[in-house]
Amino acid sequence: MSTLAVQDHGAVHHGEDHGHHHHDTFLTKYIFSQDHKMIAKQFLVTGITMAFIAMILSILFRIQLAYPDKAFPLMETLLGRFAPGGRLDSNFYLALVTIHGTIMVFFVLTAGLSGTFSNLLIPLQLGARDMASPFMNMLSYWFFFAASVVMLSSFLVQKGPASGGWTIYPPLSALPKAMPGSGMGMTLWLISMVLFIASSLMGAINYVSTVLNMRTKGMDLWKMPLTIWAFFLTAILGILAFPVLVAGVVLLIFDRSFGTSFYLSEIVIGGSSVQPFEGGSPILFQHLFWFLGHPEVYIVIMPAMGISSEVMSVNSRKPIFGYHAMVYSLIGITVLSFIVWGHHMFVTGMNPFLGGVFMITTLIIAVPSAVKTFNWLATLWRGNIRFTAAMLFAIGMVSFFISGGLTGIFLGNAALDINLHDTYFVVAHFHLVMGSAAIFGMLAGVYHWFPKMYGRVMNEKLGYLHFWLTFIGAYLVFFPMHFMGLGGVPRRYYAFTEFVEWNKWLSVNVFITWAAIMAAVAQVAFAVNFIYSIFWGKRATQNPWQANTLEWTAPVEHVHGNWYGEIPTVYRWPYDYSKPGAEEDYIPQTVPLSQTMSSNVQHDFEDNPAGLDAYAKFTAAKKSSEEVK
Amino acid sequence: MMMANIEQEDKLQLAPKKFNMWIFIFTSFMLFAALTSGFIVYSGGHGTGINIKLPAIFTYSTILIALSSVSMYLASKAARELQLQKQRLFLWVTILLGVAFFALQTYAWLVLLPQMGVFFINPNASQSFIYVFVWIHLAHILAGVLLLGNTLLGAYRNKPQVKNLFGMQMSSIFWHFVDIIWIYLYVFLLLNQY
Ligand code: HEM
Ligand SMILES: [Cu+2]
Repeated sequence: MSTLAVQDHGAVHHGEDHGHHHHDTFLTKYIFSQDHKMIAKQFLVTGITMAFIAMILSILFRIQLAYPDKAFPLMETLLGRFAPGGRLDSNFYLALVTIHGTIMVFFVLTAGLSGTFSNLLIPLQLGARDMASPFMNMLSYWFFFAASVVMLSSFLVQKGPASGGWTIYPPLSALPKAMPGSGMGMTLWLISMVLFIASSLMGAINYVSTVLNMRTKGMDLWKMPLTIWAFFLTAILGILAFPVLVAGVVLLIFDRSFGTSFYLSEIVIGGSSVQPFEGGSPILFQHLFWFLGHPEVYIVIMPAMGISSEVMSVNSRKPIFGYHAMVYSLIGITVLSFIVWGHHMFVTGMNPFLGGVFMITTLIIAVPSAVKTFNWLATLWRGNIRFTAAMLFAIGMVSFFISGGLTGIFLGNAALDINLHDTYFVVAHFHLVMGSAAIFGMLAGVYHWFPKMYGRVMNEKLGYLHFWLTFIGAYLVFFPMHFMGLGGVPRRYYAFTEFVEWNKWLSVNVFITWAAIMAAVAQVAFAVNFIYSIFWGKRATQNPWQANTLEWTAPVEHVHGNWYGEIPTVYRWPYDYSKPGAEEDYIPQTVPLSQTMSSNVQHDFEDNPAGLDAYAKFTAAKKSSEEVK
Repeated sequence: MMMANIEQEDKLQLAPKKFNMWIFIFTSFMLFAALTSGFIVYSGGHGTGINIKLPAIFTYSTILIALSSVSMYLASKAARELQLQKQRLFLWVTILLGVAFFALQTYAWLVLLPQMGVFFINPNASQSFIYVFVWIHLAHILAGVLLLGNTLLGAYRNKPQVKNLFGMQMSSIFWHFVDIIWIYLYVFLLLNQY
């Protein structure tokens, strides 16, 4: 911790003079780095790369949905045996949907989001030199990287990647012969996920331990920014939920490869080949999967919530509305998210009485979600809003969370769900509330903390372009899906032209596909901006957004150990924006109350009797001097 | 708060690392909790329990692993009192008891259970679950023995006492956990015999 060597962060030139002023080699600095800031950037770049790949997959299947009967010779050139004659193979269509979902949920919105921002911000915002175990942190990244490689490599196997959906329900996932994707592709999927879970757990263990043990002087839990609260609770969710998925996957592997019957019972493949399984219960898998799966969706959204809260407070120049309520609602979500998993199984043969119980718990979880939403809106209310790109994305996150959350209330109703389950209504719900909202939270974080990561600022104009095209694009893509779902159109179907009933939705599908293509092209604006700004962006000042949190007191250039000399001490909560009586519209956490006599209020001294005394004397003196006047 | 700050500047970060171990144990506990819940969902849904009387060998192995916790405790005590000789001895005892436990469990799944007609590949998955419990627990035992071996090696290399104690604490947290988990699994299986 004592090596305060300056890590030359120019990124453009790191050749000859290397190794003179510090003992990092290229390998330990850029590849097997144990520095949390570098690991954060590794997670971010890998996450963004995976996001682009998954996005391209989605465009491929969107083209299929819009033009099921048309041949695109280019498709065959690109995909070879997966698109014979220029038409997407039906099994490959299912593989695309599956891998798109898997990558987006796990690799982008879990590892990409938590991995980047927990790593970057937990030590920096809490005033720690690094993570509890930097070595484990490094392993966490490399397990994630290996998982990504294995997942993508499944495109290279003869029969294609896993295709049973991101939820890998048996029997499709348990019988290697069930469909082409159930063979080698599924095996690779499982290997990749085991690596991924190991990575997530190592990361989460570190985050929790760092938050609880390594805060700087004065940083008690109630002085932590909401970002940290969100990352902390997210990590706890991961620690509780991922091992359950391991249990589910272990039993699945036994069924696949050893012939047990945990999930499989009497089953016939292809009308003739009777399988030797007896007595298993596919519902068991669904219980184990969704016990992880539902907390997982909150693992995805909570960091986005934390980031948006912080970004919105900074850019409204106002304290976050209801800080305590924000924390308690995060805690409420964390606890409740473990008792609602059954809402994914209303129609899969669960006891209807149990369905009723899960319906009630599901509707209760809407309450803390609503508390958060109202608090965000109240934070914006009459603020001095600065519409930075980050701010726009944070507001976008709230917008998507509202429009997607409302449909959750429909789905959470066990009776309504009989109609809606497995239709495009569900697809619309979770792409708004989880997909779009979490991506927007993540992008808000990228725009906001880019100066902290790369020492430069991203281009605002390109940011606006990126925001508006993506925002409009996402609504155009996902909003019409509600109507398709209400019309009974099922998800994961290859070609709706095969069914007279759903033929009429083809025009809607064409519309959605073109909207998706527009939104995808808009991401080029982001990619260009991101890469350009890393190397040639405007240099950042130390505190470009005039924010209060600790990371902005650290030097712009990255130092191993984050601060030269002593770590700053914290004296106040992070949301003293536009405090009446203060000289400026923000007071960093490192400014002691004794330096801000004119803006202190009684509330600042709640558990500090000596301070309260001094404050009382100060106000008394002020009063009497006013009387003299 | 004071404590946290002193530790923060502590170069080795031992306290947070020990905390990492506790959290790891928690994840491990969740894994077993999930497996036993899976058992309950399965056997409850099918009305089929294990339907056998568990072989007595599990009782013997349980006694062994409980004894190993005692010797682990004695080793930690010796380490705290700077009695290096005794620490090594009790670490050896713990490791040997761990290996013996491993052997008994292996004998049970290789020989006894198959003799009783309880197979891993089985239309009554409740019985397959016994194997899963034993195996996943044995994987933990293996990790525990390796950890103990590493600590023992450290004790021979005369590490500084801070590190020696740290190693002892890490391995005893883990070893006691592995012990308690087996007792939990065994009681769970006993209660679900019929
Ligand atoms: C406002 C509270 C919410 C309620 C009441 C709710 C309810 C539901 C219900 C009942 C389903 C199952 C629909 C079906 O399959 O028939 C569902 C699906 C889903 N929800 Fe929510 N939800 C809520 C918020 C969220 C949030 C915040 C996220 C993520 C951040 C989310 C992500 C998902 C996902 C990913 C699925 C679909 C999983 C799949 O089948 O592939 N939901 N939701
Ligand atoms: Cu859910």
